[in-house]
Amino acid sequence: MNPSQTRHNLMGIYTIWLRDVRRFVRDRPRMIGSLAQPTLFLLVLGTGLGHGLVKGTARAGGGEGYMAFIFPGIVAMTILFTSAFSAISVIWDREVGFLKEVLVAPVARWAVTVGKVLGGATVAVAQGCIMLLLAPLAGVSLGPVTLVTLLPVMFLVAFAMTAMGLAAAARMRSMQGFTVIMNFMVLPIFFLSGAMFPLEGLPTWMEVLVHADPLTYGVDALRGVTAGTFDRPPLADLGVMAAFGAGMLGLSVLAFSREG
Amino acid sequence: MTGPAATDADADAVDAVISARALARTFSAPGRTVEAVRGVDLTVRRGEIFGFLGPNGAGKTTTISMLCTLLRPTSGEARVAGHDVVTEPHEVRRNIGLVFQDPSLDERLTARENMVFHAMLYGVPRRLREERIETLLTLVSLAERADDLVRTFSGGMKRRLEIARGLLHRPALLFLDEPTLGLDPQTRNLMWEYILKLQQEHNITLFLTTHYMDEAEHCDRIAVMDQGRIIALDTPRALKAGVGHDRVEIDAPDAPAVGRHLKERYGVEARVNGAGLSFQVKDGAAFLPRLFAEPGLDIERVEVHRPTLEDVFLALTGKQIRDAAPDLFANIKAGARRGR
Repeated sequence: MNPSQTRHNLMGIYTIWLRDVRRFVRDRPRMIGSLAQPTLFLLVLGTGLGHGLVKGTARAGGGEGYMAFIFPGIVAMTILFTSAFSAISVIWDREVGFLKEVLVAPVARWAVTVGKVLGGATVAVAQGCIMLLLAPLAGVSLGPVTLVTLLPVMFLVAFAMTAMGLAAAARMRSMQGFTVIMNFMVLPIFFLSGAMFPLEGLPTWMEVLVHADPLTYGVDALRGVTAGTFDRPPLADLGVMAAFGAGMLGLSVLAFSREG
Repeated sequence: MTGPAATDADADAVDAVISARALARTFSAPGRTVEAVRGVDLTVRRGEIFGFLGPNGAGKTTTISMLCTLLRPTSGEARVAGHDVVTEPHEVRRNIGLVFQDPSLDERLTARENMVFHAMLYGVPRRLREERIETLLTLVSLAERADDLVRTFSGGMKRRLEIARGLLHRPALLFLDEPTLGLDPQTRNLMWEYILKLQQEHNITLFLTTHYMDEAEHCDRIAVMDQGRIIALDTPRALKAGVGHDRVEIDAPDAPAVGRHLKERYGVEARVNGAGLSFQVKDGAAFLPRLFAEPGLDIERVEVHRPTLEDVFLALTGKQIRDAAPDLFANIKAGARRGR
Protein backbone atom coordinates (compact mmCIF):
# COMPACT_ATOMS: atom_id res chain seq x y z
CA MET A 1 0.00 0.00 0.00
CA ASN A 2 1.41 3.39 -0.94
CA PRO A 3 2.13 6.03 1.73
CA SER A 4 -0.53 8.44 0.49
CA GLN A 5 -3.22 5.77 0.79
CA THR A 6 -1.98 4.97 4.29
CA ARG A 7 -2.27 8.64 5.21
CA HIS A 8 -5.80 8.70 3.80
CA ASN A 9 -6.75 5.65 5.82
CA LEU A 10 -5.38 7.13 9.05
CA MET A 11 -7.26 10.35 8.33
CA GLY A 12 -10.37 8.27 7.71
CA ILE A 13 -10.01 6.53 11.07
CA TYR A 14 -9.63 9.89 12.78
CA THR A 15 -12.62 11.39 10.93
CA ILE A 16 -14.96 8.56 11.84
CA TRP A 17 -13.73 8.54 15.42
CA LEU A 18 -14.21 12.29 15.71
CA ARG A 19 -17.80 12.14 14.49
CA ASP A 20 -18.76 9.53 17.10
CA VAL A 21 -17.08 11.44 19.91
CA ARG A 22 -18.61 14.74 18.83
CA ARG A 23 -22.08 13.28 18.68
CA PHE A 24 -21.63 11.74 22.12
CA VAL A 25 -20.56 15.05 23.65
CA ARG A 26 -23.58 16.73 22.06
CA ASP A 27 -26.03 14.11 23.27
CA ARG A 28 -26.35 14.82 27.00
CA PRO A 29 -29.55 12.82 27.57
CA ARG A 30 -27.88 9.71 26.20
CA MET A 31 -24.85 10.28 28.40
CA ILE A 32 -26.94 10.62 31.54
CA GLY A 33 -29.40 7.90 30.61
CA SER A 34 -26.76 5.27 30.09
CA LEU A 35 -25.20 6.04 33.48
CA ALA A 36 -28.48 5.67 35.37
CA GLN A 37 -28.58 1.88 35.21
CA PRO A 38 -25.07 1.16 36.51
CA THR A 39 -25.52 3.75 39.25
CA LEU A 40 -28.73 2.03 40.29
CA PHE A 41 -26.97 -1.33 40.33
CA LEU A 42 -24.11 0.00 42.40
CA LEU A 43 -26.08 1.92 44.99
CA VAL A 44 -29.29 -0.08 45.35
CA LEU A 45 -28.13 -3.61 44.61
CA GLY A 46 -24.79 -2.94 46.24
CA THR A 47 -26.34 -1.68 49.45
CA GLY A 48 -29.21 -4.15 49.52
CA LEU A 49 -27.29 -7.29 48.63
CA GLY A 50 -24.34 -6.19 50.72
CA HIS A 51 -26.47 -6.08 53.85
CA GLY A 52 -28.13 -9.36 53.02
CA LEU A 53 -24.89 -11.24 52.55
CA VAL A 54 -23.60 -13.29 55.39
CA LYS A 55 -20.22 -12.13 56.58
CA GLY A 56 -17.42 -14.43 55.66
CA THR A 57 -18.06 -15.05 51.97
CA ALA A 58 -14.45 -15.31 50.96
CA ARG A 59 -13.82 -12.28 48.79
CA ALA A 60 -17.16 -10.55 48.57
CA GLY A 61 -16.74 -9.64 52.20
CA GLY A 62 -20.34 -8.78 52.99
CA GLY A 63 -21.59 -5.54 54.45
CA GLU A 64 -19.77 -2.48 53.13
CA GLY A 65 -17.09 -4.61 51.49
CA TYR A 66 -19.59 -5.85 48.91
CA MET A 67 -20.01 -2.46 47.29
CA ALA A 68 -16.27 -2.15 46.94
CA PHE A 69 -16.21 -5.66 45.46
CA ILE A 70 -18.78 -4.95 42.76
CA PHE A 71 -17.45 -1.48 41.95
CA PRO A 72 -15.04 -2.65 39.20
CA GLY A 73 -17.83 -4.92 37.95
CA ILE A 74 -20.14 -1.93 37.65
CA VAL A 75 -17.48 -0.03 35.72
CA ALA A 76 -17.20 -3.06 33.44
CA MET A 77 -20.98 -3.08 33.08
CA THR A 78 -21.02 0.58 32.06
CA ILE A 79 -18.37 -0.08 29.46
CA LEU A 80 -20.08 -3.26 28.23
CA PHE A 81 -23.47 -1.63 27.71
CA THR A 82 -22.14 1.54 26.13
CA SER A 83 -19.73 -0.36 23.88
CA ALA A 84 -22.05 -3.10 22.73
CA PHE A 85 -24.88 -0.72 21.90
CA SER A 86 -22.70 1.95 20.31
CA ALA A 87 -22.73 -0.08 17.11
CA ILE A 88 -26.43 0.67 16.74
CA SER A 89 -25.27 3.92 15.12
CA VAL A 90 -24.12 1.84 12.14
CA ILE A 91 -27.62 0.50 11.65
CA TRP A 92 -29.03 3.95 12.06
CA ASP A 93 -26.54 5.33 9.54
CA ARG A 94 -27.47 2.60 7.11
CA GLU A 95 -31.16 3.36 7.50
CA VAL A 96 -30.82 7.11 6.94
CA GLY A 97 -28.35 6.56 4.11
CA PHE A 98 -25.31 8.14 5.73
CA LEU A 99 -23.39 4.87 5.77
CA LYS A 100 -23.22 5.09 1.99
CA GLU A 101 -21.35 8.37 2.21
CA VAL A 102 -18.75 6.59 4.33
CA LEU A 103 -18.57 3.42 2.24
CA VAL A 104 -17.96 5.23 -1.05
CA ALA A 105 -15.19 7.39 0.39
CA PRO A 106 -11.64 6.64 -0.73
CA VAL A 107 -10.89 5.04 2.62
CA ALA A 108 -10.27 1.32 3.07
CA ARG A 109 -13.02 -0.65 4.78
CA TRP A 110 -10.68 -1.82 7.52
CA ALA A 111 -10.00 1.82 8.34
CA VAL A 112 -13.71 2.60 8.46
CA THR A 113 -14.19 -0.32 10.85
CA VAL A 114 -11.26 0.62 13.07
CA GLY A 115 -12.49 4.21 13.26
CA LYS A 116 -15.91 2.99 14.28
CA VAL A 117 -14.52 0.68 16.98
CA LEU A 118 -12.20 3.36 18.35
CA GLY A 119 -15.06 5.86 18.43
CA GLY A 120 -17.39 3.54 20.32
CA ALA A 121 -14.61 2.47 22.67
CA THR A 122 -13.64 6.05 23.46
CA VAL A 123 -17.22 6.94 24.34
CA ALA A 124 -17.49 3.82 26.53
CA VAL A 125 -14.26 4.66 28.36
CA ALA A 126 -15.56 8.19 28.92
CA GLN A 127 -18.72 6.73 30.46
CA GLY A 128 -16.60 4.38 32.57
CA CYS A 129 -14.56 7.33 33.80
CA ILE A 130 -17.69 9.12 34.91
CA MET A 131 -18.59 6.02 36.94
CA LEU A 132 -15.17 6.19 38.56
CA LEU A 133 -16.35 9.38 40.24
CA LEU A 134 -18.62 7.17 42.38
CA ALA A 135 -15.61 5.30 43.82
CA PRO A 136 -15.68 7.14 47.17
CA LEU A 137 -19.36 6.21 47.60
CA ALA A 138 -18.44 2.56 47.14
CA GLY A 139 -15.61 2.85 49.60
CA VAL A 140 -12.94 2.43 46.95
CA SER A 141 -9.98 4.77 46.94
CA LEU A 142 -8.26 5.25 43.61
CA GLY A 143 -4.74 6.63 43.68
CA PRO A 144 -3.16 8.30 40.65
CA VAL A 145 -1.17 5.17 39.79
CA THR A 146 -4.29 3.02 39.92
CA LEU A 147 -6.14 5.50 37.70
CA VAL A 148 -3.37 5.58 35.13
CA THR A 149 -3.22 1.78 35.06
CA LEU A 150 -6.98 1.51 34.92
CA LEU A 151 -7.42 3.60 31.76
CA PRO A 152 -5.71 1.28 29.27
CA VAL A 153 -7.42 -1.74 30.84
CA MET A 154 -10.79 -0.02 30.51
CA PHE A 155 -9.94 0.83 26.92
CA LEU A 156 -9.07 -2.75 26.09
CA VAL A 157 -12.38 -3.98 27.52
CA ALA A 158 -14.23 -1.23 25.64
CA PHE A 159 -12.43 -2.08 22.41
CA ALA A 160 -13.30 -5.77 22.63
CA MET A 161 -16.95 -5.16 23.47
CA THR A 162 -17.41 -2.47 20.80
CA ALA A 163 -15.88 -4.78 18.20
CA MET A 164 -18.35 -7.47 19.28
CA GLY A 165 -21.30 -5.09 18.87
CA LEU A 166 -20.02 -3.97 15.49
CA ALA A 167 -19.58 -7.53 14.27
CA ALA A 168 -23.28 -8.05 15.02
CA ALA A 169 -24.42 -4.69 13.62
CA ALA A 170 -22.48 -5.13 10.40
CA ARG A 171 -24.78 -7.99 9.47
CA MET A 172 -28.06 -6.55 10.68
CA ARG A 173 -30.55 -4.29 8.98
CA SER A 174 -33.06 -3.48 11.72
CA MET A 175 -32.54 -1.56 14.93
CA GLN A 176 -35.11 -3.65 16.79
CA GLY A 177 -33.40 -6.84 15.71
CA PHE A 178 -30.07 -5.52 16.87
CA THR A 179 -31.47 -4.47 20.26
CA VAL A 180 -33.01 -7.90 20.80
CA ILE A 181 -29.82 -9.74 19.83
CA MET A 182 -27.61 -7.48 21.92
CA ASN A 183 -29.78 -7.82 25.02
CA PHE A 184 -29.72 -11.55 24.48
CA MET A 185 -25.91 -11.43 24.45
CA VAL A 186 -25.10 -8.60 26.81
CA LEU A 187 -27.05 -9.73 29.87
CA PRO A 188 -25.50 -13.22 30.11
CA ILE A 189 -22.09 -11.70 29.41
CA PHE A 190 -22.65 -9.34 32.31
CA PHE A 191 -24.13 -11.89 34.73
CA LEU A 192 -21.50 -14.55 34.08
CA SER A 193 -18.54 -12.19 34.25
CA GLY A 194 -18.22 -12.19 38.03
CA ALA A 195 -19.15 -8.52 38.12
CA MET A 196 -21.70 -9.07 40.91
CA PHE A 197 -20.39 -12.16 42.74
CA PRO A 198 -17.13 -13.97 43.31
CA LEU A 199 -16.47 -16.85 40.92
CA GLU A 200 -15.75 -19.46 43.52
CA GLY A 201 -17.30 -22.83 44.23
CA LEU A 202 -19.64 -22.61 41.25
CA PRO A 203 -21.28 -25.70 39.72
CA THR A 204 -19.37 -27.07 36.75
CA TRP A 205 -21.87 -25.97 34.06
CA MET A 206 -21.62 -22.42 35.25
CA GLU A 207 -17.87 -22.64 35.65
CA VAL A 208 -17.67 -23.54 31.95
CA LEU A 209 -19.89 -20.64 30.92
CA VAL A 210 -17.96 -18.24 33.13
CA HIS A 211 -14.73 -19.15 31.43
CA ALA A 212 -16.28 -18.82 28.00
CA ASP A 213 -17.40 -15.29 28.84
CA PRO A 214 -14.86 -12.78 27.48
CA LEU A 215 -15.86 -10.17 30.02
CA THR A 216 -14.83 -12.49 32.90
CA TYR A 217 -11.24 -11.64 32.02
CA GLY A 218 -12.00 -7.94 31.72
CA VAL A 219 -13.68 -7.83 35.12
CA ASP A 220 -10.78 -9.71 36.69
CA ALA A 221 -8.31 -7.23 35.22
CA LEU A 222 -10.33 -4.22 36.38
CA ARG A 223 -10.79 -5.70 39.85
CA GLY A 224 -7.15 -6.68 39.97
CA VAL A 225 -6.07 -3.12 39.28
CA THR A 226 -8.50 -1.50 41.72
CA ALA A 227 -8.28 -4.06 44.57
CA GLY A 228 -4.86 -5.54 43.95
CA THR A 229 -5.83 -9.21 43.69
CA PHE A 230 -6.22 -11.10 40.42
CA ASP A 231 -7.90 -14.49 39.88
CA ARG A 232 -5.39 -15.28 37.12
CA PRO A 233 -2.22 -13.72 35.72
CA PRO A 234 -2.94 -10.15 34.55
CA LEU A 235 -1.32 -10.83 31.19
CA ALA A 236 -3.68 -13.76 30.65
CA ASP A 237 -6.66 -11.46 31.30
CA LEU A 238 -5.38 -8.81 28.92
CA GLY A 239 -4.36 -11.40 26.35
CA VAL A 240 -7.83 -12.95 26.22
CA MET A 241 -9.51 -9.53 25.92
CA ALA A 242 -7.10 -8.47 23.17
CA ALA A 243 -7.52 -11.72 21.25
CA PHE A 244 -11.31 -11.56 21.52
CA GLY A 245 -11.32 -7.92 20.42
CA ALA A 246 -9.04 -8.64 17.48
CA GLY A 247 -11.21 -11.57 16.40
CA MET A 248 -14.38 -9.49 16.51
CA LEU A 249 -12.68 -6.63 14.70
CA GLY A 250 -11.68 -9.10 11.99
CA LEU A 251 -15.28 -10.29 11.63
CA SER A 252 -16.48 -6.68 11.36
CA VAL A 253 -13.90 -5.80 8.72
CA LEU A 254 -14.95 -8.85 6.73
CA ALA A 255 -18.61 -7.89 6.90
CA PHE A 256 -18.01 -4.28 5.87
CA SER A 257 -15.66 -5.27 3.07
CA ARG A 258 -18.47 -7.26 1.50
CA GLU A 259 -21.00 -4.47 1.81
CA GLY A 260 -21.62 -2.58 -1.45
CA MET B 1 -1.52 8.40 -30.48
CA THR B 2 0.20 11.02 -32.68
CA GLY B 3 0.66 8.92 -35.79
CA PRO B 4 -1.56 9.08 -38.84
CA ALA B 5 -3.25 5.92 -37.61
CA ALA B 6 -4.98 7.81 -34.82
CA THR B 7 -8.70 7.42 -35.21
CA ASP B 8 -11.79 9.03 -33.77
CA ALA B 9 -12.03 6.26 -31.23
CA ASP B 10 -8.51 7.03 -30.00
CA ALA B 11 -9.32 10.70 -29.68
CA ASP B 12 -12.39 9.76 -27.71
CA ALA B 13 -10.38 7.55 -25.42
CA VAL B 14 -7.90 10.30 -24.67
CA ASP B 15 -10.58 12.72 -23.65
CA ALA B 16 -12.78 10.13 -21.97
CA VAL B 17 -13.77 10.48 -18.34
CA ILE B 18 -15.57 7.18 -18.46
CA SER B 19 -14.79 4.36 -20.80
CA ALA B 20 -16.46 1.02 -20.33
CA ARG B 21 -15.97 -2.04 -22.52
CA ALA B 22 -18.27 -5.04 -22.42
CA LEU B 23 -19.13 -4.28 -18.83
CA ALA B 24 -21.37 -6.97 -17.39
CA ARG B 25 -22.77 -8.01 -14.06
CA THR B 26 -24.67 -11.12 -13.15
CA PHE B 27 -26.39 -11.70 -9.84
CA SER B 28 -26.79 -15.26 -8.69
CA ALA B 29 -29.44 -16.34 -6.29
CA PRO B 30 -30.12 -19.97 -5.46
CA GLY B 31 -31.91 -21.46 -8.42
CA ARG B 32 -31.57 -18.54 -10.79
CA THR B 33 -29.18 -16.00 -12.17
CA VAL B 34 -30.07 -12.51 -13.26
CA GLU B 35 -28.04 -10.80 -15.94
CA ALA B 36 -28.53 -7.25 -14.74
CA VAL B 37 -26.03 -5.71 -17.15
CA ARG B 38 -25.18 -7.59 -20.34
CA GLY B 39 -22.19 -5.91 -21.88
CA VAL B 40 -22.21 -2.13 -21.82
CA ASP B 41 -19.88 -0.07 -24.02
CA LEU B 42 -19.79 3.54 -23.06
CA THR B 43 -17.58 6.57 -23.50
CA VAL B 44 -18.30 9.78 -21.65
CA ARG B 45 -16.24 12.78 -22.72
CA ARG B 46 -14.77 15.35 -20.42
CA GLY B 47 -17.09 18.25 -19.68
CA GLU B 48 -20.28 16.80 -21.11
CA ILE B 49 -23.62 16.28 -19.44
CA PHE B 50 -24.45 12.66 -19.97
CA GLY B 51 -27.95 11.36 -19.28
CA PHE B 52 -28.82 7.79 -18.47
CA LEU B 53 -32.42 6.80 -19.13
CA GLY B 54 -34.24 3.55 -18.84
CA PRO B 55 -37.14 1.81 -17.17
CA ASN B 56 -36.78 0.42 -13.69
CA GLY B 57 -34.74 -2.75 -13.64
CA ALA B 58 -32.98 -1.80 -16.87
CA GLY B 59 -29.61 -2.04 -15.15
CA LYS B 60 -28.91 1.67 -14.68
CA THR B 61 -28.18 1.48 -10.99
CA THR B 62 -26.06 -1.64 -11.43
CA THR B 63 -24.03 0.08 -14.14
CA ILE B 64 -23.51 3.19 -12.02
CA SER B 65 -22.59 1.07 -9.01
CA MET B 66 -19.86 -0.61 -11.05
CA LEU B 67 -18.58 2.73 -12.34
CA CYS B 68 -18.50 4.04 -8.75
CA THR B 69 -16.58 0.95 -7.57
CA LEU B 70 -19.41 -0.09 -5.28
CA LEU B 71 -19.95 -3.28 -7.24
CA ARG B 72 -17.41 -5.50 -9.01
CA PRO B 73 -18.17 -6.27 -12.63
CA THR B 74 -18.60 -9.96 -13.47
CA SER B 75 -16.75 -9.30 -16.71
CA GLY B 76 -15.61 -6.46 -18.91
CA GLU B 77 -13.68 -3.43 -17.79
CA ALA B 78 -14.19 0.22 -17.04
CA ARG B 79 -11.91 3.16 -16.48
CA VAL B 80 -13.20 6.21 -14.69
CA ALA B 81 -11.14 9.39 -14.54
CA GLY B 82 -8.23 7.40 -15.91
CA HIS B 83 -8.29 4.66 -13.30
CA ASP B 84 -9.46 1.08 -13.42
CA VAL B 85 -12.57 0.55 -11.28
CA VAL B 86 -11.44 -2.88 -10.13
CA THR B 87 -7.75 -2.44 -9.48
CA GLU B 88 -7.67 1.22 -8.40
CA PRO B 89 -10.97 1.80 -6.61
CA HIS B 90 -9.64 4.43 -4.20
CA GLU B 91 -8.19 6.49 -7.05
CA VAL B 92 -11.53 6.34 -8.83
CA ARG B 93 -13.39 7.33 -5.69
CA ARG B 94 -11.17 10.31 -5.09
CA ASN B 95 -12.02 11.59 -8.56
CA ILE B 96 -15.76 11.19 -8.54
CA GLY B 97 -18.57 12.86 -6.63
CA LEU B 98 -21.79 11.06 -5.89
CA VAL B 99 -25.24 12.38 -5.23
CA PHE B 100 -27.49 9.50 -4.39
CA GLN B 101 -31.17 9.12 -5.03
CA ASP B 102 -31.79 8.78 -1.28
CA PRO B 103 -30.30 11.32 1.10
CA SER B 104 -26.98 10.40 2.68
CA LEU B 105 -26.44 13.24 5.13
CA ASP B 106 -25.95 13.08 8.87
CA GLU B 107 -29.02 15.01 9.93
CA ARG B 108 -27.75 15.44 13.45
CA LEU B 109 -24.77 17.40 12.25
CA THR B 110 -24.87 20.89 10.78
CA ALA B 111 -24.45 21.57 7.06
CA ARG B 112 -20.91 22.75 7.68
CA GLU B 113 -20.05 19.70 9.78
CA ASN B 114 -21.31 17.41 7.02
CA MET B 115 -19.04 19.26 4.61
CA VAL B 116 -16.04 19.09 6.94
CA PHE B 117 -16.59 15.37 7.50
CA HIS B 118 -16.58 14.82 3.75
CA ALA B 119 -13.50 17.00 3.23
CA MET B 120 -11.61 14.99 5.83
CA LEU B 121 -12.67 11.63 4.40
CA TYR B 122 -11.52 12.71 0.95
CA GLY B 123 -8.27 14.18 2.21
CA VAL B 124 -8.93 17.82 1.28
CA PRO B 125 -6.07 19.73 2.92
CA ARG B 126 -7.09 21.68 5.98
CA ARG B 127 -6.00 25.05 4.57
CA LEU B 128 -8.32 24.65 1.57
CA ARG B 129 -11.28 23.33 3.46
CA GLU B 130 -12.85 26.42 4.93
CA GLU B 131 -12.71 28.51 1.79
CA ARG B 132 -14.04 25.76 -0.45
CA ILE B 133 -16.87 24.98 1.91
CA GLU B 134 -17.82 28.64 2.07
CA THR B 135 -17.72 29.01 -1.72
CA LEU B 136 -19.80 25.90 -2.38
CA LEU B 137 -22.38 26.66 0.29
CA THR B 138 -22.75 30.14 -1.19
CA LEU B 139 -23.12 28.67 -4.65
CA VAL B 140 -26.07 26.54 -3.54
CA SER B 141 -27.48 29.39 -1.40
CA LEU B 142 -26.96 27.64 1.91
CA ALA B 143 -24.27 29.89 3.41
CA GLU B 144 -26.74 31.45 5.84
CA ARG B 145 -27.85 28.05 7.10
CA ALA B 146 -24.35 26.58 7.31
CA ASP B 147 -24.47 26.13 11.06
CA ASP B 148 -28.00 24.78 11.33
CA LEU B 149 -28.65 21.10 11.85
CA VAL B 150 -29.49 19.36 8.58
CA ARG B 151 -32.55 17.94 10.33
CA THR B 152 -34.19 21.36 9.96
CA PHE B 153 -33.65 21.50 6.16
CA SER B 154 -36.27 21.01 3.45
CA GLY B 155 -35.88 18.31 0.79
CA GLY B 156 -34.56 20.79 -1.76
CA MET B 157 -32.03 22.23 0.68
CA LYS B 158 -30.75 18.75 1.54
CA ARG B 159 -30.32 17.91 -2.12
CA ARG B 160 -28.45 21.17 -2.71
CA LEU B 161 -26.19 20.43 0.23
CA GLU B 162 -25.47 16.98 -1.17
CA ILE B 163 -24.54 18.44 -4.54
CA ALA B 164 -22.24 20.97 -2.87
CA ARG B 165 -20.72 18.15 -0.83
CA GLY B 166 -20.21 16.03 -3.93
CA LEU B 167 -18.08 18.81 -5.44
CA LEU B 168 -16.00 19.50 -2.33
CA HIS B 169 -13.06 17.32 -3.34
CA ARG B 170 -13.07 18.74 -6.89
CA PRO B 171 -14.07 15.57 -8.70
CA ALA B 172 -13.59 15.32 -12.44
CA LEU B 173 -16.98 13.69 -12.64
CA LEU B 174 -20.20 14.01 -10.68
CA PHE B 175 -22.76 11.22 -10.64
CA LEU B 176 -26.27 12.42 -9.97
CA ASP B 177 -28.83 9.69 -9.44
CA GLU B 178 -32.27 11.25 -9.89
CA PRO B 179 -31.08 14.63 -8.60
CA THR B 180 -34.54 16.17 -8.50
CA LEU B 181 -36.72 13.20 -7.63
CA GLY B 182 -39.45 14.08 -5.20
CA LEU B 183 -38.90 17.83 -5.47
CA ASP B 184 -41.68 20.18 -6.57
CA PRO B 185 -41.41 21.65 -10.10
CA GLN B 186 -40.22 25.04 -8.90
CA THR B 187 -37.45 23.52 -6.81
CA ARG B 188 -36.56 21.26 -9.73
CA ASN B 189 -36.00 24.26 -11.97
CA LEU B 190 -33.87 25.90 -9.31
CA MET B 191 -31.84 22.73 -8.88
CA TRP B 192 -31.15 22.69 -12.59
CA GLU B 193 -29.99 26.28 -12.49
CA TYR B 194 -27.52 25.24 -9.80
CA ILE B 195 -26.43 22.14 -11.64
CA LEU B 196 -25.78 23.99 -14.89
CA LYS B 197 -24.02 26.81 -13.07
CA LEU B 198 -21.77 24.34 -11.27
CA GLN B 199 -21.06 22.47 -14.45
CA GLN B 200 -19.95 25.67 -16.16
CA GLU B 201 -17.93 27.07 -13.27
CA HIS B 202 -16.12 23.86 -12.47
CA ASN B 203 -16.07 22.43 -15.98
CA ILE B 204 -16.91 19.01 -14.64
CA THR B 205 -18.54 16.09 -16.30
CA LEU B 206 -22.05 15.22 -15.16
CA PHE B 207 -23.44 11.74 -15.37
CA LEU B 208 -27.06 11.64 -14.37
CA THR B 209 -30.12 9.48 -14.34
CA THR B 210 -33.55 10.99 -14.45
CA HIS B 211 -37.15 10.11 -15.07
CA TYR B 212 -38.11 13.61 -16.11
CA MET B 213 -37.95 14.03 -19.86
CA ASP B 214 -37.66 17.80 -19.70
CA GLU B 215 -34.52 17.29 -17.63
CA ALA B 216 -33.08 14.89 -20.13
CA GLU B 217 -33.23 17.74 -22.63
CA HIS B 218 -30.44 19.44 -20.68
CA CYS B 219 -28.08 16.60 -21.54
CA ASP B 220 -25.49 16.76 -24.28
CA ARG B 221 -25.93 13.06 -24.92
CA ILE B 222 -28.30 10.42 -23.70
CA ALA B 223 -27.96 6.68 -23.36
CA VAL B 224 -31.16 4.68 -23.21
CA MET B 225 -30.80 1.42 -21.39
CA ASP B 226 -33.19 -1.51 -21.46
CA GLN B 227 -32.84 -5.08 -20.26
CA GLY B 228 -29.19 -4.70 -19.39
CA ARG B 229 -28.09 -3.19 -22.68
CA ILE B 230 -27.65 0.28 -24.08
CA ILE B 231 -30.12 0.39 -26.95
CA ALA B 232 -29.51 3.96 -28.08
CA LEU B 233 -26.85 6.58 -27.45
CA ASP B 234 -26.93 10.00 -29.06
CA THR B 235 -27.78 13.67 -28.62
CA PRO B 236 -31.40 14.35 -27.64
CA ARG B 237 -31.91 15.95 -31.04
CA ALA B 238 -30.59 12.99 -33.00
CA LEU B 239 -32.56 10.57 -30.87
CA LYS B 240 -35.74 12.47 -31.57
CA ALA B 241 -34.95 12.68 -35.25
CA GLY B 242 -34.40 8.94 -35.22
CA VAL B 243 -37.96 8.32 -34.14
CA GLY B 244 -38.94 9.88 -37.40
CA HIS B 245 -42.32 11.37 -37.74
CA ASP B 246 -43.62 14.75 -36.75
CA ARG B 247 -47.30 15.07 -36.07
CA VAL B 248 -48.96 17.85 -38.09
CA GLU B 249 -52.38 19.30 -37.28
CA ILE B 250 -54.24 21.44 -39.77
CA ASP B 251 -57.44 23.43 -39.48
CA ALA B 252 -59.22 23.86 -42.79
CA PRO B 253 -62.82 24.82 -43.72
CA ASP B 254 -62.96 21.80 -46.00
CA ALA B 255 -60.88 19.34 -44.06
CA PRO B 256 -61.99 16.22 -45.99
CA ALA B 257 -60.82 17.81 -49.23
CA VAL B 258 -57.39 18.49 -47.78
CA GLY B 259 -57.33 14.94 -46.52
CA ARG B 260 -58.11 13.55 -49.95
CA HIS B 261 -55.42 15.72 -51.48
CA LEU B 262 -52.82 14.50 -49.00
CA LYS B 263 -53.67 10.91 -49.81
CA GLU B 264 -53.63 11.33 -53.58
CA ARG B 265 -50.59 13.54 -53.85
CA TYR B 266 -48.36 12.27 -51.05
CA GLY B 267 -49.88 8.99 -49.96
CA VAL B 268 -50.28 10.34 -46.45
CA GLU B 269 -53.15 9.00 -44.42
CA ALA B 270 -54.80 11.83 -42.46
CA ARG B 271 -57.40 11.61 -39.74
CA VAL B 272 -60.24 14.06 -40.19
CA ASN B 273 -62.02 15.45 -37.23
CA GLY B 274 -64.59 18.13 -38.13
CA ALA B 275 -62.71 21.14 -39.42
CA GLY B 276 -59.38 19.73 -38.30
CA LEU B 277 -57.15 16.93 -39.50
CA SER B 278 -53.92 15.42 -38.30
CA PHE B 279 -51.30 13.28 -39.95
CA GLN B 280 -47.74 12.10 -39.50
CA VAL B 281 -44.92 13.07 -41.79
CA LYS B 282 -41.15 12.65 -41.80
CA ASP B 283 -40.11 16.30 -41.55
CA GLY B 284 -43.08 18.53 -40.87
CA ALA B 285 -41.22 21.81 -41.12
CA ALA B 286 -40.00 20.97 -44.63
CA PHE B 287 -43.23 19.34 -45.75
CA LEU B 288 -45.58 22.23 -44.99
CA PRO B 289 -44.10 24.87 -47.34
CA ARG B 290 -44.52 22.40 -50.17
CA LEU B 291 -48.10 21.86 -49.20
CA PHE B 292 -48.78 25.60 -48.98
CA ALA B 293 -47.30 26.18 -52.42
CA GLU B 294 -49.99 24.07 -53.99
CA PRO B 295 -52.92 26.04 -55.39
CA GLY B 296 -56.50 25.52 -54.35
CA LEU B 297 -55.92 24.39 -50.78
CA ASP B 298 -57.60 26.51 -48.14
CA ILE B 299 -55.68 26.15 -44.87
CA GLU B 300 -56.37 28.33 -41.83
CA ARG B 301 -53.95 27.11 -39.18
CA VAL B 302 -51.13 24.58 -38.78
CA GLU B 303 -49.28 23.08 -35.87
CA VAL B 304 -46.21 20.85 -36.01
CA HIS B 305 -45.36 18.61 -33.08
CA ARG B 306 -41.77 17.45 -33.01
CA PRO B 307 -41.19 14.06 -31.41
CA THR B 308 -40.37 14.36 -27.74
CA LEU B 309 -37.95 12.25 -25.75
CA GLU B 310 -41.10 10.68 -24.40
CA ASP B 311 -41.81 9.41 -27.92
CA VAL B 312 -38.20 8.25 -28.22
CA PHE B 313 -38.45 6.34 -24.99
CA LEU B 314 -41.72 4.75 -26.04
CA ALA B 315 -40.42 3.82 -29.47
CA LEU B 316 -37.24 2.28 -28.08
CA THR B 317 -38.49 0.46 -25.01
CA GLY B 318 -42.17 0.05 -25.73
CA LYS B 319 -42.83 1.60 -22.34
CA GLN B 320 -44.12 4.95 -21.24
CA ILE B 321 -41.72 6.79 -19.00
CA ARG B 322 -44.59 6.97 -16.52
CA ASP B 323 -44.60 3.18 -16.21
CA ALA B 324 -40.87 3.37 -15.76
CA ALA B 325 -41.13 5.92 -12.95
CA PRO B 326 -39.84 4.55 -9.68
CA ASP B 327 -42.13 2.80 -7.29
CA LEU B 328 -43.56 5.80 -5.49
CA PHE B 329 -45.03 3.53 -2.91
CA ALA B 330 -41.55 2.27 -2.04
CA ASN B 331 -40.42 5.84 -1.47
CA ILE B 332 -43.33 6.52 0.82
CA LYS B 333 -42.51 3.40 2.76
CA ALA B 334 -38.85 4.37 2.97
CA GLY B 335 -39.89 7.82 4.16
CA ALA B 336 -42.06 6.34 6.87
CA ARG B 337 -39.17 4.16 7.97
CA ARG B 338 -36.83 7.09 8.16
CA GLY B 339 -39.34 9.25 9.95
CA ARG B 340 -39.68 6.83 12.79
